[in-house]
Amino acid sequence: MANLHPNSGDPKVTYEYRRKKHAEEMRMQVITFTMMIFFTVIAFAAVGAGFSKWFIVPFVLLLAVVQVIFQLYYFMHMSHKGHEAPQLFMYSGVIVGFVTILAFVTIIWW
Amino acid sequence: MAAEQKFTPQTWPESPEQATLEGKNKFLGFWFFLGGETVLFASLFATYLALKDSVPSDTHAKAADLFELPLVFLMTMLLLTSSLTSVFAMYHMKNYNFKKMQQWLFITVALGLGFLGCEIYEFNHYYHEFEHKFTSSAFGSAFYTLVGFHGGHVVFGLSWIIALMIRNAKRGLTLYNAPKFYLASLYWHFIDVVWVFIFTVVYLMGMVG
Amino acid sequence: MSTIAHTQKRGFAGTVWEYLTTVDHKKIAILYLLAGGFFFIVGGIEAMMIRIQLAVPNNDFVSAGLFNEIITMHGTTMIFLAAMPLLFAFMNAVMPLQIGARDVAFPFINALGFWLFFFGGLFLNLSWFLGGAPDAGWTSYASLSLASEGHGIDFYALGLQISGFGTLMGGINFLVTIINMRAPGMTYMRMPLFTWTTFVASALILFAFPPLTVGLFMLIFDRMFGSGFFDVAMGGNTIIWEHFFWIFGHPEVYILVLPAFGIFSEIFPTFARKRLFGYSSMVFATVLIGFLGFMVWAHHMFTTGLGPIANAIFAVATMAIAVPTGIKIFNWILTIWGGSIKFTVPMLYAVAFIPSFVMGGVTGVMQAAAPADYQFHDSYFIVAHFHYVIVGGIVLGLLGGAHFYWPLMFGTMLSEKLGKVTFVLFLIGFHLTFFIQHFLGLMGMPRRVWTFLPGQGLDSGNLISSIGAAFMAVGVIIFLVNVVITQVKNVQVGRDPWEDGRTLEWSLPSPTPYYNFKQLPLVRGLDPYWIEKMEGKTEMTPAEPVGDIHMPNNSFVPFVISLGLFIAAFGAMYHADEGKDWAIPVLIIGMIVTFGAMLYRSIKDDHGYHIHKEELLDESGKGGAV
Repeated sequence: MANLHPNSGDPKVTYEYRRKKHAEEMRMQVITFTMMIFFTVIAFAAVGAGFSKWFIVPFVLLLAVVQVIFQLYYFMHMSHKGHEAPQLFMYSGVIVGFVTILAFVTIIWW
Repeated sequence: MAAEQKFTPQTWPESPEQATLEGKNKFLGFWFFLGGETVLFASLFATYLALKDSVPSDTHAKAADLFELPLVFLMTMLLLTSSLTSVFAMYHMKNYNFKKMQQWLFITVALGLGFLGCEIYEFNHYYHEFEHKFTSSAFGSAFYTLVGFHGGHVVFGLSWIIALMIRNAKRGLTLYNAPKFYLASLYWHFIDVVWVFIFTVVYLMGMVG
Repeated sequence: MSTIAHTQKRGFAGTVWEYLTTVDHKKIAILYLLAGGFFFIVGGIEAMMIRIQLAVPNNDFVSAGLFNEIITMHGTTMIFLAAMPLLFAFMNAVMPLQIGARDVAFPFINALGFWLFFFGGLFLNLSWFLGGAPDAGWTSYASLSLASEGHGIDFYALGLQISGFGTLMGGINFLVTIINMRAPGMTYMRMPLFTWTTFVASALILFAFPPLTVGLFMLIFDRMFGSGFFDVAMGGNTIIWEHFFWIFGHPEVYILVLPAFGIFSEIFPTFARKRLFGYSSMVFATVLIGFLGFMVWAHHMFTTGLGPIANAIFAVATMAIAVPTGIKIFNWILTIWGGSIKFTVPMLYAVAFIPSFVMGGVTGVMQAAAPADYQFHDSYFIVAHFHYVIVGGIVLGLLGGAHFYWPLMFGTMLSEKLGKVTFVLFLIGFHLTFFIQHFLGLMGMPRRVWTFLPGQGLDSGNLISSIGAAFMAVGVIIFLVNVVITQVKNVQVGRDPWEDGRTLEWSLPSPTPYYNFKQLPLVRGLDPYWIEKMEGKTEMTPAEPVGDIHMPNNSFVPFVISLGLFIAAFGAMYHADEGKDWAIPVLIIGMIVTFGAMLYRSIKDDHGYHIHKEELLDESGKGGAV
């Protein structure tokens, strides 16, 4: 279990450095969260305001996609290194799912 | 046993969820599972979109008749916030602060239960006010299956987090349970990801017809 | 928990308990082989009944209704309960050894996957004794399956659902094992082809099974809980089932055939005694087939009426798959070319596979042409085509793999002589059965018919086909005799029994120690064992000193979790029947058993145990006897 302590050097320094890094990351998370709330409010407001369907549908879908990217990359840490395989499989899942949905909204019509 | 080793915040590794081989395996396996879940929910969304407003006669309620924005907005806020609180919990996990992690998980669970309560109220409302049932139309079946599968995930996620909290209440963080907490939090985020699409595709797009 | 059970001598009951609780991938492989082999025989008997019924016109060997049940169960059993588990047997037995791993990533999940498959298959087959088997075809198209009376389709939906969960878990386990557990030096581009195909097939499982899960849930809800997904009167749409079934079903074909390709890719270089030709293009072709496999499902639905644009897109995508498959075929041929060939039984299967599978591939491209498919659709031409790819590709792969890996799994060598008899009978029988069916189809014989009239030019073709089936049956029986004789004689073979083993699994002593590698091997290139042998060594160079080895504990929990779902399925199935008030309690009890066992697993710590260095050093003289 030699890899339990990957941080070589002075443990005290690295510890404080890590604390600081975590705190910084946490601030990013809160900003992300604020933006997600903001997007959600806009999406609901757009529907509540009664814009045209042709504006609302692409607009709220775009907001949803952006929000989900935030979730995945910041809340679920997919932006960190060591997430190459998770990314590959999440994107593959998204592609398969997208093709499925595309088929169901285009070639099931009767 | 190495897995039961006690740590201090100084000796706690940088990525405790991946510090052991078992943790690494679980981490990767769970992400792959989420990849599969993505396809599962995509299939449910596809079915919902294909069967949306597909009812046997005009007396059945359609999407635009059913949904109300305030309740959905409340549910969205509850779940989004619970996503943030579980991020807080993981922040404290990484800093080896077990007590604070438990507190934030507790808040996460409370918010999740609030969401679940709203959903039960909502289903009950549709059922009694609109006669919109699982067995009344294909639209009803598709709606309750999609939203219900998500609700089932919420129930499972809550039970999982609660079980972890109770089980580990006395013994604190170890490299054996850190991956478990981390995965439960990933699962919780994924539930939120699905909800973002549910409120967009089902409710918001349902309102505009 | 039996931490030291492996060192004790066990009686019969002890052995049974060991297998019920095992988490060792090598023992799970044997379980998969036994269960898959059993279902293969069941499916084979069903096939024989089909061919007896169709041997002569106007036959009434079985009734029309029973015939529908038999064809449904033949297809379902062979795909889900025979081919998949048999391939899983080889994946479990070989893949971890090929990458130099001591274990799989999730031994517990691996066992759970097996038991879920087993109970699902058992549930499905109990339908024969509990009021009739499913009878809507293995595709179980929704309008037909909703109309089917009795509980046959319920058995189908619930049984496949349970075994599908098991398959999904197995797939995730293999993926993580291959990514995380490779030995030092075993880079991705040094992995043996069987490992690569296992990897891609597992990824396909991960993405193909969720659509099936959703489709089966809808079928279960429609039939048992009153929903209306496929019920047109409620606004439903039967085409949804077709899409889900084939979004799953087409990748499923590649889930089956890719590992078979992998087995052949191991056999060819071994017995041609030559490195696999075009290794990197083989890897590329495997991944490409996996990717394209998700874009072509609607070629099963050309006649559904999707419209010319959709048909054209799916037709072109389908034809594109011939390109990577062709790359593979040429690479295999070029591997043999100029090699120093030994025609052992596995090599015979491999060589016979190439032309057989190419014929299936060519008819596949014919059907990919959507307008032509309107003629072929639902005729015996289709039956001939998919049996050419499944028997010519997968079953030949399984039989070849069984002979090839038998010494690895059981430490004994199957008789080459009997193996050759099986091979000749099976290959002749296979072509005799299915080649003529192309023409029967083109002459207008529809698939899934119970009988046919005399004097329409179908008589002799069907008779020839049935005779061929008998040849295959005799071949399989001789194979079983071979297995029994070999195991009774029990002549143990040593390390590297084929003498030309190239990959890590052959570098291990026989029988393989339960911890696989005492010291993880250092991998210095593709075909690592061959490299060492070329330098005059008989063992791998270790990558680490002898140290403690961590092992998982056996567990009975996987069995209990699966049993709970098995019980619950009965409750779900019977709850809508009149006067069966016990059904809902049974459903609830089953669910409590399953979730209770999961909770138990979750809260009870299980850290496994360690084999200490001293024990390993003691055992080194004995070759690591189990």
